[in-house]
Amino acid sequence: MSTYTKQEVKQLVDGTLAWDTVHQMISMPKDADRYKLYMEVIQEKLSYKHKVIMALGPHLNLAIRDGDEEIHAFCDCGKDFGHYKGNWKLNANIYVRDTAEKMDQVYPRLMAPDTTWQVYREYSCPDCGTMLDIEAPTPWYMCMHDVQPDLKTFFEWVGIPAPKKI
Amino acid sequence: MTILETLKGAELGKLLKNGLSLDENRNGILARASETGHYDGIKTLTLKEKDPIKYERIFSKVRAGLVNSREVAKKIAASPIVEQEGELCFTLYNVAGDCIATSTGIIIHVGTMGAAIKYMIQNNWEINPGINEGDMFTNNDCQTGNVHPCDIATIIPVFFEGYLVAWVGGVTHVIDTGAVGPGSMSNGQIQRFGDGLQITCRKTGVNDTPLRDWLHESQRNVRTVKYWILDEKTRIAGTSMIREMVQETIADEGVEAWDVFAMEVIEDGRRGLTSRIKAMCIPGIVKTVAFVDVPYTHPDVAVPSPFAKLDSIMHAPCAITVKSDASWRLDFEGCSRWGWHTYNANPTAFTSGIWVMMTQSLVPTERVNDGCRYATQFRLPKGTWTNPDDRRTAHADAWHFLVSSWSSLWRGISRTYFGRGYLEEVNSGNSNPCNWLQGGGINQDGEIHAVNSFETAACGTGACAMKDGLNNAAAIWNPEGDMGDIEIWELAEPLLYLGRTQKTNSGGYGKWRGGNGFETLRMVHGSCDWTMFFMGNGYMNSDWGLMGGYPSATGYRFEAHNTGLVGPGGRIEAGKEIPLGEDLNPDDRLWENLLGPDAEVKRDKQCITTEAMFDNGDLYLNYLRGGPGFGDPLDRLHSGKQSIEEDLNENYILPEYAKKIYGVVYTQDAEGVYTVDSAKTTAAQEQIKKDRIKRSVPVKEWMKTERQNILDNKASPQVKQMYASSFALSEPFLNEFKTFWDLPAEYNLLESSLGIPTYGSTKTMDISEMPDCKPVIMTEE
Repeated sequence: MSTYTKQEVKQLVDGTLAWDTVHQMISMPKDADRYKLYMEVIQEKLSYKHKVIMALGPHLNLAIRDGDEEIHAFCDCGKDFGHYKGNWKLNANIYVRDTAEKMDQVYPRLMAPDTTWQVYREYSCPDCGTMLDIEAPTPWYMCMHDVQPDLKTFFEWVGIPAPKKI
Repeated sequence: MTILETLKGAELGKLLKNGLSLDENRNGILARASETGHYDGIKTLTLKEKDPIKYERIFSKVRAGLVNSREVAKKIAASPIVEQEGELCFTLYNVAGDCIATSTGIIIHVGTMGAAIKYMIQNNWEINPGINEGDMFTNNDCQTGNVHPCDIATIIPVFFEGYLVAWVGGVTHVIDTGAVGPGSMSNGQIQRFGDGLQITCRKTGVNDTPLRDWLHESQRNVRTVKYWILDEKTRIAGTSMIREMVQETIADEGVEAWDVFAMEVIEDGRRGLTSRIKAMCIPGIVKTVAFVDVPYTHPDVAVPSPFAKLDSIMHAPCAITVKSDASWRLDFEGCSRWGWHTYNANPTAFTSGIWVMMTQSLVPTERVNDGCRYATQFRLPKGTWTNPDDRRTAHADAWHFLVSSWSSLWRGISRTYFGRGYLEEVNSGNSNPCNWLQGGGINQDGEIHAVNSFETAACGTGACAMKDGLNNAAAIWNPEGDMGDIEIWELAEPLLYLGRTQKTNSGGYGKWRGGNGFETLRMVHGSCDWTMFFMGNGYMNSDWGLMGGYPSATGYRFEAHNTGLVGPGGRIEAGKEIPLGEDLNPDDRLWENLLGPDAEVKRDKQCITTEAMFDNGDLYLNYLRGGPGFGDPLDRLHSGKQSIEEDLNENYILPEYAKKIYGVVYTQDAEGVYTVDSAKTTAAQEQIKKDRIKRSVPVKEWMKTERQNILDNKASPQVKQMYASSFALSEPFLNEFKTFWDLPAEYNLLESSLGIPTYGSTKTMDISEMPDCKPVIMTEE
């Protein structure tokens, strides 16, 4: 079993870890401490008090809300995107690229989708403007509820007591 | 005379020492697996635990023998698809047709040849046509486990002391199977009956000798005979080497040890997957979806039947459930129906093919075998494109749909890697590896010929969560990734290279960008009666990007006829500038200025076409796609390695889009070197964030507008066809749709209301309705 330092996990998150170590991470059995160190690294980057328990994206985490201990999705800026069992996207802002002119802003016209077939849906934080996810479905498609974690089993797997309100 | 079902003298139960027929033996394994959750009911890995050295020694011999045989046999082939791209694979199976181990290569065939063996077992091949030492069986039937007809499998039984102890399969991707459209993954045909030669587990050799009737019949049914012959020799050589290796291993280690090993290794493989899932994934449900455009109303798509003249969209939603016991379930409820094109797939393509992808992240070991399948529950609803309920379906380019749906799975499971910190395993998804340059006619050697350029084995990969994707590096179905040597392709195809370069701006933007694809400009040279066509995505993109990253660029088509480049007075003879292979911004249409005045150019989004006639001197752009990006582009480094500045200086991105997406502010010196002004870029990026807030609306507000669009039926015909097709096959999907959009209980959308052809939507006939046919079913339907 491989082990890594918190500094190495931080460098992994920052994209500055030496390639030899990254290669070792890829080729060797996974390190059991990763989750714990990863959460510590993320927490130290944040200014809010909620305790992070899972990453949904580089700027979006599930965290135990300070005060009532409910688990919610939070943007790094502190914006609360709702309870973890719901779809955080429904509390985001959206910009839909559904015309050729809107697609022109992201790709040459011949390299962009035809919006009668496919649109881009850009989900961003209404408070800080961070791009949190981009979907590329057909018109009419439901907002994808990407991850619905089974937290009880997850904490059993990582060998850490589960939060109270899962 | 009586027509007998059993060969004279043949008898069930003579091949195995236990006296069971092959079918009885396999059914016992399945029953014990079902009862216990362990392969063959094996709860204890007796050999591995009691004599681990012996266990590992046998595995090492087997694995090394498989890899070695592949490398040796590969040199026999002349086809660049096999010899350059490594599109071959050798696999060892136990007597039940379950994979023990496989070579490197296109490991989708872990399961495809296994399905063919199981078909022979289930349909009592042991009494007709008989299974004897020295026999060879050939299969490429898409309704008997194969992905597409061009993967030809040679399967041989392995005997030891008079009893069957294993099977060996070898597969090569041949250049042509004699389909309506030339090339191995062609279109134009819309049914099985035009999809090329299909062989159903036919006995094609005895006493290690290919039968002459088979050789004559098969060779005259394909265009590329020399390649076909050498491919078959490749398969025969490889399987024979492996058979010898297995027999030597058994002689060394003992047949009793072999019998135990051949079962335990599969349970070991099952446990390997579950332990890896537990170590890397987050339990729960992950939802993904993928789409592919099928633009068939365009005049450049010629099909034989009017009911295929239809624009449609492949829809592949998938719910991945990672269970508390660390097994997982992939449920494709809601998929659209199969269609009148060559992109349909069969269940084995899923149950086997998924490991091509998962070996690149979830199980990156040499121990991939059928144990992974036993740890995975697949649900592929009958009647969908993943599991057609009609025996007429064509499958020549099944990959076109498969890779797109798999890429979304990779994106989905990557969310769980990311969630618990394994950023190094995250992949935003792979490109839809295309275009497939295909065609045929009379080549530069004056022979009947067909081509399928496998340059697409080196597309851009998706971004990782801690580094950029790779440029022109790999394809989801071929982890070895190789674009092939220009010189070899020019020998194999009457197409000169006017250029080969990375495709600028084709990777998706992000904190980490997707890898760029590449482009090659080919000029027809030395051919006669030549045709070519395009096969790829154009109106849609099958990748999404991940966690704020953008999808990669979509495809477009460029072909030029009557170019004025060659011949007396042509631009080449006159020493004038000609297109040389970098179509930097396709909207600028610069190449059009470098052709003769009478040139006919097709530059558009129609990336699926059928055979078009090409004269010598005509041009064809083979644009291989890029991969999607990861994370908010505004988080990308301004300078240094993997930065916006590097993107500009390495020509990875067009400056116009670097400004629009990344907000970059730069200067450029006299030699064209870009330097990013970080302070000004930061200020511009702050403005972009403000602009995002300003132009966007709350999702719940937007949903009211979109809901009204649904109620008003405002969408293109192809979008409506996709929903109607999925609604017709899946009440759960329809209900989910109605619930999400808060639609009236009576809401539905029927294909019959759309005014488009609906052949195949109401009455079908499945392969299981054929006489004396017991299809192998290994998934929930």
